[in-house]
Amino acid sequence: MENIIEIKGLTKKYNRTIALNNIDLDLKKGKIIGILGPNGSGKTTLIKLLTGLLHETKGVIKIDGHIPSVYTKSIISYLPDRNALYSWMKIDDAIKMFMDFYEDFDEKKADSLLEFMKLDRTMKVSELSKGMKEKLNLTLVLARKAKVYIMDEPIAGVDPVARDQILKAIIDNYEENSTMIITTHLVKDMENIFDEVVFIGDGEIILQGDAETLREDKKINIDDIYKEIFG
Amino acid sequence: MDFDNGLPIYIQILNLLKIKMATGEIKEGDKLPSVRDMATELKVNPNTISRSYTELEKEDLIYTQRGMGTFVTEDIEKLKALKKKMATKKIHKFILEMKELGFTKEELSRDILELKMEED
Repeated sequence: MENIIEIKGLTKKYNRTIALNNIDLDLKKGKIIGILGPNGSGKTTLIKLLTGLLHETKGVIKIDGHIPSVYTKSIISYLPDRNALYSWMKIDDAIKMFMDFYEDFDEKKADSLLEFMKLDRTMKVSELSKGMKEKLNLTLVLARKAKVYIMDEPIAGVDPVARDQILKAIIDNYEENSTMIITTHLVKDMENIFDEVVFIGDGEIILQGDAETLREDKKINIDDIYKEIFG
Repeated sequence: MDFDNGLPIYIQILNLLKIKMATGEIKEGDKLPSVRDMATELKVNPNTISRSYTELEKEDLIYTQRGMGTFVTEDIEKLKALKKKMATKKIHKFILEMKELGFTKEELSRDILELKMEED
């Protein structure tokens, strides 16, 4: 199968600190991929390099054959690890802003996702709980028809009910011709939705593989493998 | 639903479906949920559900009709055979465990008979 992302010799340093150390990583098209690692492992740095928010110190990133650029930004729908919406906005304003920004934004899909998340356009961002904000941000991200969805810690810090809704929305909106890349340290809650998993620790790739094959080979689930590696 | 016994999830799901077929919770000719609905319901990757369905199709326990959906076999004999096979497997496992505890076949049959009489 075709690779949607190809990374070679990628290094990112912040002054003297090495966040990513010479990593190689190929990700196949049409999969849901979990990037797993504890806080500070390099996950968010990797995501920010993919989304073009940071620049590499060394190495090459190719997304759909292109280095991070205006083109790659147009095909990536990105959920940051924190809320990026203005607090003065109503949900309606956020939807309109996304429609202005992104040609691939599907308003109908946004409305059906809002309904599923039990949110409505008249609500104010400043009055939403943490879980509701996360659900709103996810709605905006999934309502785009992108080739690549990148979600940084989509369920961190939300209650179990919101967590369930977020998982269901992700599964329901997954399409075979798009790719979803999801970082998490909450492996137990998310492992069942991954086709493939990549374990990152101290800026290096420790293990990568098909989730079901790893379960079969090691006779334990992904969460236990995670604990073996990082515990 | 938790899938935490260390088996691949597609196997856990197909085992779950087999139990439902054996107990009659899902009957011959019943329509199964679509891959997408089942995936959302169980909160697992849709490709995992596809794989479970493919394996069950290989065993002739379910079949897919284009544009209609996926159905449990109409062949009652196949479902009976499934139930029998699952029972045999469980009995074998039980016998093996009792052997490990040091029981002979004779002791085992005697104990089972005694238990049965108590229950009756």
